[in-house]
Amino acid sequence: MTISSVGAGALGVTALTFLYPNLATRRIVGSDIAHAVPLTLVAGLGHWWLGTVDVVLLVSLLIGSLPGIALGAHFAARVPERALRGLLASVLLLIGGKLIRESRPQGKLMYKYDDYDHSIVQARVAQFRGQTERYLAGTLSDDEFRPLRLQNGLYIQRHGPMLRLAVPYGLLSAAQLRRFADVARRYDRGFGHFTTRQNLQLNWVKLPEVPQILADLAQDELHAIQTSGNCIRNITTDHFAGVAADEIADPRPWAELLRQWSTLHPEFAYLPRKFKVAISGAKEDRAAIQVHDLGLQLVRNDAGELGFKVHAGGGLGRTPLLGQVVQESLPWQHLLSYTEALVRVFNRYGRRDNAYKARIKILVKAIGREEFARQVDAEWAHLKDGPATLTTAEVERVTAQFAAPAYETLAENDLCHLAHLREDKAFSRWVERNVQAHKVAGYAAVTLSLKKPGAAPGDASSEQMEAAADLAERFSFGEIRVSHEQNLILADVPQRELYTVWHRAKAAGLASPTVGLIQDLIACPGGDFCSLANARSLPIAAAIQERFEDLDYQHDIGELELNISGCMNSCGHHHLGAIGILGVDKNGEEWYQVTLGGRQGNAARIGEVIGRSFAAAEVPDAIERLIATYLAHRHADERFIDTFDRIGEEPFRTAAYPHPHQSRRVANG
Amino acid sequence: MANKQIIKERRLQDDAWKVVTLVDGEAPFDVCLPVGPLLVPVAVWKAKKACLIHREYEHGTPLGIWLAPGDDLAEIAADLDDFTVIAVHFPKLADGRGYSTARLLRERHGYDGELRAFGDIGRDQIFFLNRVGFDAFVIGEGKSAEEALAAFDDFPETYQAAADQPDPLFRRRVA
Repeated sequence: MTISSVGAGALGVTALTFLYPNLATRRIVGSDIAHAVPLTLVAGLGHWWLGTVDVVLLVSLLIGSLPGIALGAHFAARVPERALRGLLASVLLLIGGKLIRESRPQGKLMYKYDDYDHSIVQARVAQFRGQTERYLAGTLSDDEFRPLRLQNGLYIQRHGPMLRLAVPYGLLSAAQLRRFADVARRYDRGFGHFTTRQNLQLNWVKLPEVPQILADLAQDELHAIQTSGNCIRNITTDHFAGVAADEIADPRPWAELLRQWSTLHPEFAYLPRKFKVAISGAKEDRAAIQVHDLGLQLVRNDAGELGFKVHAGGGLGRTPLLGQVVQESLPWQHLLSYTEALVRVFNRYGRRDNAYKARIKILVKAIGREEFARQVDAEWAHLKDGPATLTTAEVERVTAQFAAPAYETLAENDLCHLAHLREDKAFSRWVERNVQAHKVAGYAAVTLSLKKPGAAPGDASSEQMEAAADLAERFSFGEIRVSHEQNLILADVPQRELYTVWHRAKAAGLASPTVGLIQDLIACPGGDFCSLANARSLPIAAAIQERFEDLDYQHDIGELELNISGCMNSCGHHHLGAIGILGVDKNGEEWYQVTLGGRQGNAARIGEVIGRSFAAAEVPDAIERLIATYLAHRHADERFIDTFDRIGEEPFRTAAYPHPHQSRRVANG
Repeated sequence: MANKQIIKERRLQDDAWKVVTLVDGEAPFDVCLPVGPLLVPVAVWKAKKACLIHREYEHGTPLGIWLAPGDDLAEIAADLDDFTVIAVHFPKLADGRGYSTARLLRERHGYDGELRAFGDIGRDQIFFLNRVGFDAFVIGEGKSAEEALAAFDDFPETYQAAADQPDPLFRRRVA
């Protein structure tokens, strides 16, 4: 009662009414009020002493309440008992309703399952349990089981099965991250790998245990639905959604609407190839939407109405292509019907004769953007304004679940924080790289780095996941995100807590102050784990991280995106790195091809191969020569990519191949 | 030989329909039509339409057609009333074009006769096949049809509209 002040009247009278049903209500009210005198006197003095009494508010309350109470007491004696009880009940009910309504948005930062969502995920767990049992019993063949297990994220890899768990649009609660930690410890080797598509991979699970893993996960609204296979995959978005200053609209409600629409979609479970969707709601694209099969950019028209700029046919892999615009401004109501039309065109006309030519990008490229858009429009004409048309009520229902947390009103700059920045060089370096601006005054977004020499990029131990979950719970409203750069994000940290967060993150090995620098490189699991890979990525990543371990050197080099893929499937997005490294196989040996000039974001561009590939041992030297070229040519405040854009590829190529006879261009390898 | 079996109305039933296929190089008008109810490929339907309709009118032999994954629905869209059964072939489990074909037949072209799936399908495809509009299922060779009967109830609820459910969940959801 002393904390909330709710209770004296509301709870006390209700309890007394039940305890003494035969006592007249006015006697109950009277006794309760009398009992409140010594009680509130003590509590009030306590608050006075703590300095939490507002004198102006106190006086104005007394001016109203003293005459009110006198009148009330006078009339209470004359009103019939029944009416008084009824009146009391209705007032309590009103207060109750209001309390529930007001508290709801504060407790909901992310989509919470209702009974429908739970029943669907539970049913998938049961279905997969049956499928696994039939496979293990031999009644389901390898060929039959393959698409079924893939649609539930289960690969058969070098060391056994790999299970990819979904992190829908990269958003997790602290409880969910703890569940991941628990599952990794219980069923795997105590760590997991966060991927460029914001998911989590477990590399050492045992097939017979997978149904139980899924059952455990389902308790926290987690699953592995459609994290692989030729279906609509997990939808990804901006890891700063909801907090970025440059946001046009929050992409998360739309990602959730698409998640529901695509989950167990009966028509699209056997597409020609996988189908990846990314959505961005900010001016700067942090979700790499242009390299997705379907990339959605939230836009507002002149009337302020929300819509989507739709890109189709982007993707990396063997044929890297940027998506083409097929809708400039699709009104939000049509998001699902238009997407359904687009995926249907892909399902019917995408190539199925060659897995390498089956992505939608090949279809868009083959028939051209205009013809593809025409076919989608023709299909959409039948679906438009049909039942899939989104309603305001549904959008509001989902949007309400992503309501902003209960931010405190804070000053733009916390004085203690500024003092720490001045006095602690290591802290200020971390803030410079790992702390991003927030749209609410006094708050910041923190990147917990999953990159450090000696550890595979994106790997997190169960202990680290738990430490991150603790930090989220204590300092960031219990919510955490996975970025497609394979780090974890605390999106809503008060500035005054940054110093504490840094210390704790450091203790957990999550505070490499290198976000955006060369050590923050992106790499797929590569040949050490993945059966598709042509070469290993992790030893190359480690060698580069070691070469550039010196923090001063790294900070001097500045922002540099370096991406490594172990094969043409490009899970490490090497085409998008300012420096990209691709593992290739030459007569059973691992070689590495280097691309330059790739970039993500609004001005996304595919990097180009600079020449012959390098042996593994040559890679760190070659990278160092490229960086030396940049350092020699850069203007003040120019990033690697800016210098590259200004002076072109030639000086870099010359530096990469000091012996001229080696610099002839080769097509693929 | 035991009668062929088919799943209809959620139970196993005997099935008398025969699937006519063209062997390599065989011209559609050359094909010999066996007695009894037939499912013919689109090419045979186009080549022998008069003969097939005559069989139905004169002998009461019901008429059906089967579609390959890549067949163009526009070619038969005007003839749908002629068929007692339309069958969609799934030569490979992973070829999902037939799912779109079914929805188009049901939702776009208003076909309300029997729509059967046959080929490489089994228990794990039934739920989705049923959702997109199939109401008859010939389970692939070597797979258990009895087992497949259980699959209709795999999921208690679904998010999307499809042939079996005109409204998506968000239009039905009760808070």
